[in-house]
Amino acid sequence: MRYVGTKMVQLVVVLLIVTFLTFMLINLLPGGPEAAILGFGADDESIAALRVDLNLDDPIPVRYVRWLGDAATGDLGQSYVNGSTVSELLTGRLPVSLMLMTYSMFLALLVAIPFGIATAYKADTRFDKITGTIGFGLLSVPNFIMATILVYLFALTWDIFPATVKEGEENLYTLFLPAVSLAAGQIAVFMRLLRTDMIATLQQDYIGVAKAKGMTTRRILFRHAFRPSSFSLLTVAAITIGNLIGGTVIIESIFAINGIGKLIVTSIFTRDYLVVQGVVVVVAAGFVIINFAVDIIYALLDPRIRHARAIA
Amino acid sequence: MPAPSPSPHDAPSLSERPGDDLITESAGELRFDAVTADVTADEARGELQVRKLGIGFWIAVTWLVVLFALAILAPWLPFVQDPNRIDALALRQPAAWSIGGSWNGSLSSTFHLFGADDLGRDIFSRVIWGARVSLFIGVVTVALGFLIGGTIGLTAGYFRGRFEKIFMSAMDIMLAFPALILALAIVTFLSEPGSQDASLGTITLTLTILSIPALSRITRASTLTFSQREFVQAARTLGARNGRIIVREILPNVIPPMVSFSLIAIAIVIVAEGGLSFLGLSVSAPTATWGNMINEGRTALEIAPHIALIPCAVMFLTLLAFNYAGDQLRRRFDVQEARL
Repeated sequence: MRYVGTKMVQLVVVLLIVTFLTFMLINLLPGGPEAAILGFGADDESIAALRVDLNLDDPIPVRYVRWLGDAATGDLGQSYVNGSTVSELLTGRLPVSLMLMTYSMFLALLVAIPFGIATAYKADTRFDKITGTIGFGLLSVPNFIMATILVYLFALTWDIFPATVKEGEENLYTLFLPAVSLAAGQIAVFMRLLRTDMIATLQQDYIGVAKAKGMTTRRILFRHAFRPSSFSLLTVAAITIGNLIGGTVIIESIFAINGIGKLIVTSIFTRDYLVVQGVVVVVAAGFVIINFAVDIIYALLDPRIRHARAIA
Repeated sequence: MPAPSPSPHDAPSLSERPGDDLITESAGELRFDAVTADVTADEARGELQVRKLGIGFWIAVTWLVVLFALAILAPWLPFVQDPNRIDALALRQPAAWSIGGSWNGSLSSTFHLFGADDLGRDIFSRVIWGARVSLFIGVVTVALGFLIGGTIGLTAGYFRGRFEKIFMSAMDIMLAFPALILALAIVTFLSEPGSQDASLGTITLTLTILSIPALSRITRASTLTFSQREFVQAARTLGARNGRIIVREILPNVIPPMVSFSLIAIAIVIVAEGGLSFLGLSVSAPTATWGNMINEGRTALEIAPHIALIPCAVMFLTLLAFNYAGDQLRRRFDVQEARL
């Protein structure tokens, strides 16, 4: 299919640029990578050893290609602080972060879909207005404020959920507060979007036909109206994965969750630049690939997109 | 009063997208009332009434004006103390209203309206000084972002062609990084090795870089809606140069949506700065920022919740005010929604 082909080429180009930029960051540091990793007072011997280790004497394009090749085979270098390899650190912590993100995305959709449908069905009623106002308020609560308030209420005032998540104890119960803190802002976005699209769908002729046939409201809403209204929700949900990734950095620090978010923050404070670089490149590449996948799914679900874009 | 215009039925575009047409018809000058009087259809009138800026908008604007005034005048106001002055007798003192204290009219440094934090620093003063950081970064970032991104968007949307393609793909690639991760990376790599403390300049620069793609896309989207309009073609026919068309014909039309979006953008930037300073990666520690006040306050959340919750409340109200004012203005100007 031509559409997929074009998208693939775009994907490869974007991936190359994203990885190159990430690779370059470490070379742009004041004093170069040596000073950044070893500090300014390092002796000549260790600098020489590091230069050999990272092949710093080769020109940048050569090093980039070699680094990219290593990265593709899972070798992202090793931490200069505790000696473990970057891929070890990542594989140990990625599952927890993925679990947290999936959980909060699930919670956000779980709340947003029914409310989005209901507010569209009852558009401009008092229920719609109150829900809309609450949603607007939620949009203005940054996740760290949400987390602080939730911890104060549900962990400290009423001892229902734990305030921190111990390593090895990450489950749906302990991760509830972190997931809600991340989900709250998304709920409002998803709900507004679905409401707008649903209102447009509900004005279509075939909805009237379905009503005339005597179908129940519930069946019309969920079977006939929801699916054609869910396309932009899908796209936006994919784009918000970027927000979620950023959010996990903060939320993991608050709840002491051992995920990649906490890893990147600790690495920044210990100046463990190779780890920072490794996490950034994996996260950015993952994000680009997810967006590519969504573009493809989107086209599969809605033939109009496929053809419109192929022609253009 | 202008000459009677055709009824809404003769001019379907009026009833479909009223604001859009009305704004362009009056070439940048907003004269809703004059035109509403002509469009007598109940439907159109109803829609236009919704667009009026309500009381909520003015409350939001008042909050922002007061906050800006306090933040700018903080060093000279008698009731705003030095944010780092320690009142050793007031450690974790709760807010004035919860201990029944009332203002005795003096400006003494032992009176703490919002209480005092872990070290006995006055929370009210720190919130005001924190507002200086947040508002400065928010306003400067969005202004610079619109200056650079807006110029890119305007030229790309007006000239189209290869220039547009190259710039817009570059913007897409920047959007391919998750924003906060990119912010962390830039802040880390821009800061001097040996200190994690970023300066106000570094943070502003980082957030400006991050804001350019979104802002240029917004500007481009609204430029596109105007660049083929009749009045632009008329100007071109009259022999106006491209530069003049952009500055005199398109820019005045693009500015209203830019203003309303810039309020929302400031809120987004303030959240980003708050997140960074919450992580301890923004302006260095003794300087009060909302983010680091909330973060420091969390250690005493159980015994003295006001230390964290008061900055939370102020930050929330400020973000709400920016978002609400921006949203109301956007509705009023009826901008075509440009998806980010």
